[in-house]
Amino acid sequence: MRVMAQLAMVMNLDKCIGCHTCSVTCKQTWTNRGGVEYAWFNNVETKPGQGYPRRYEDQDEWKGGWALKRGRLKPAAGGRLKKLLNIFANPDLPELDDYYQPWTYDYRNLTEAPLGDDVPTARPVSAVTGAPTEVRYGPNWEDSLGGGPEHAAGDPVVRKLGREVKFSYEQSFMFYLPRICEHCLNPSCVASCPSGAMYKRSEDGIVLVDQDQCRGWRMCVSGCPYKKVYFNHKTGKAEKCTFCYPRLEVGEPTVCAETCVGRLRYIGVMLYDADRVTAAASTPDEQGLYEAQLGVFLDPHDPEVAAAAERAGIPHDWITAARRSPVYELIMRHRVALPLHPEYRTMPMVWYVPPLSPVVDALSGTGFDGEDAGNLFGAIDTLRIPLDYLAGLFTAGDQEPVRLALRRLAAMRSHMRSINLGEPHDPRGPSRVGMTAESIESMYRLLAVAKYADRYVIPTSGIGRAHDLEGIATTCSLDTYGGPGMLDGRTELFTWRDDERPSGLFPTLPGKG
Amino acid sequence: MTGVLLWAVLPYLTIAVFALGLTWRFRHDRFGWTTRSSQLHESRLLRIGSPLFHFGLLFVIGGHVAGLLVPASVTRWLGVPDELYHLLSLTAGTVTGAATIAGLGVLLYRRLRTPAVRRATTSDDRVTYLALGGTLLLGMSATVLTNGLGGGYDYRATISPWFRGILFLQPDPSLMDGVPLPYRLHALFAMALFMLWPFSRLVHAFSAPVRYLARPYVVYRSRDDRRLAARAPRRGWDDA
Ligand code: HEM
Ligand code: SF4
Ligand code: SF4
Repeated sequence: MRVMAQLAMVMNLDKCIGCHTCSVTCKQTWTNRGGVEYAWFNNVETKPGQGYPRRYEDQDEWKGGWALKRGRLKPAAGGRLKKLLNIFANPDLPELDDYYQPWTYDYRNLTEAPLGDDVPTARPVSAVTGAPTEVRYGPNWEDSLGGGPEHAAGDPVVRKLGREVKFSYEQSFMFYLPRICEHCLNPSCVASCPSGAMYKRSEDGIVLVDQDQCRGWRMCVSGCPYKKVYFNHKTGKAEKCTFCYPRLEVGEPTVCAETCVGRLRYIGVMLYDADRVTAAASTPDEQGLYEAQLGVFLDPHDPEVAAAAERAGIPHDWITAARRSPVYELIMRHRVALPLHPEYRTMPMVWYVPPLSPVVDALSGTGFDGEDAGNLFGAIDTLRIPLDYLAGLFTAGDQEPVRLALRRLAAMRSHMRSINLGEPHDPRGPSRVGMTAESIESMYRLLAVAKYADRYVIPTSGIGRAHDLEGIATTCSLDTYGGPGMLDGRTELFTWRDDERPSGLFPTLPGKG
Repeated sequence: MTGVLLWAVLPYLTIAVFALGLTWRFRHDRFGWTTRSSQLHESRLLRIGSPLFHFGLLFVIGGHVAGLLVPASVTRWLGVPDELYHLLSLTAGTVTGAATIAGLGVLLYRRLRTPAVRRATTSDDRVTYLALGGTLLLGMSATVLTNGLGGGYDYRATISPWFRGILFLQPDPSLMDGVPLPYRLHALFAMALFMLWPFSRLVHAFSAPVRYLARPYVVYRSRDDRRLAARAPRRGWDDA
């Protein structure tokens, strides 16, 4: 047993209102620079829908993640030699059009257009070339099923269901899926990087790109099945979600979680056995991958695990944090959180509580009591969508874990409703879904009351260094692309002027820096 | 006098600029050390041009190593007749050189005609393309015109010993007297290219990731400040 600690996230999809606050605050923090205009470390897509980049879930086309070849794991796009032979041009790299062409508006025209009869307009211009452009796709093109009948049918998960699904707003179900990097236990982006510039931090499992070591081979971009590594086309380096490590290191939640309007994100520690990861990711049956990943996690309450963790050098406050981890509660104890696309075999670590609301809505729409457990149980089983769609998203098509999670959420609703209304509640209710009144109420406190201190249980990484870390987290906001503090994101070695002294290009003289 | 300047002083100057430049760039601008790939903007032409150019170039470089470093006496000792050597070097050089130039042609066309790629072209790139294209075209014309159609030229009697003399610190500029013009221009352009090398995107060639072949797939690193950046971390508040 080799115990490692991982900071993981769970998102409760029932509460996501698709407001994109998380995306916007993330962008303001990390990607409001040239070269990554098109990159959203956090994006929110409407499901069913093609997503961002378009149809990224279709691994037959994009070849992300791992494939099992004769019982052994290999990057789906090919092993090391094949990667090197393809290094001069990556056959699986999405183009900007697959994300979207970033644009801005010609605002100057509003104030500088010559006097005339027509009101001047601000036309869209490409943020890459500056030429007038047409907006054809965006990071959330299909918001709330906009263009549903036309677009959503292209959703790779829908395609796999192999039958007809209705997409007009009134007839369909939909929900929002916020996505960040999964900080996988078996990251295929790291495996695809020829330079060894990408790594998983051994203390907290955060997956990062070393900007000084990245050489721009852009293999990680295609290697990630979730398409969560982005290529900065100005600096020529890969960038990705950092899990806001400067914040986590001082005990604060990520920016997306902190600002989430629905307060639906949970961050906590998971202990896992690193020796079991490869075997679990090689489980032959795709539908066994969810169970296999559960088998990798360790119970922090088990004294043996705690002792092994201590021996592995995991600090004591991390082990206590693991015992209080909301993420562990939702994934392991209540079994209501599920991984996104375990069939990519990367062992993702951002999990999701599937949304019960589409079922409740459909039920209420037909005139039934949408919060009665009996009605809900029936509906979960008869409304094949969303069940099979959700299973395609979270469990490689196995409907049982999704059904169990939804039934537990339904049982929670009716149990808590009877308490609130002072009705006598069905004492056998919780046991029908394998829970007790006590565990249902504790799940309710976590999911519905969702106090800040319960949602985020984040051990710090050495308060002694907090001052330095602050320096990483808070750079001057003028140091942005085009701002006075920055030289276009890169230094032109042939043409810099005499009076400029690009920082970092010269050794710092003692006493001067 | 010009002979000494061009064929004894300049080569060492080139080597000095090349070596010191690379060291300086590696120590102080590791962040700028990248291919600066433009595949995000355009993929179709790149997938033709880039492999053609790079694979061609790898063979061309191999040919140069064989032609410049291996003395004629060694190939004769190995039993390769001079006529056969000439024929082999001529055909291999022509084929791989043509592939490289064709590849570079596609890349240049793509760079000029794709608006986004054109926008992403820096002045470093323009100078580099000039030196690279010039070197390749001159080398090709030396091979095809002088060595091929022109009836053959035994560079292993003049240029190769001169080159080895430079490397072994016994420069003999007189060896370059009377070498046909295309060859001399090719060598001069190549020296310019090597001087530009450390300051352009060409540095990416020195990080060809061959170690990848022997590495475990997943890399772990511990949160160690010394390894995270080449530069010392700045202190918290002093910058403002
Ligand atoms: C074996 C070592 C090398 C590797 C692995 C390599 C790899 C690459 C890669 C990945 C790109 C980026 C293509 C893109 O996506 O836009 C590139 C571009 C380029 N490389 Fe190399 N390269 C190598 C050696 C060289 C050498 C020796 C030269 C020239 C002396 C060279 C000249 C160039 C040029 C000029 C470009 C820019 C092409 C363009 O976008 O127009 N490379 N190389
Ligand atoms: S989700 Fe994140 S850690 Fe996983 S493969 Fe993609 S970039 Fe890597
Ligand atoms: S901020 Fe929260 S509620 Fe809003 S879109 Fe993001 S995850 Fe959903």
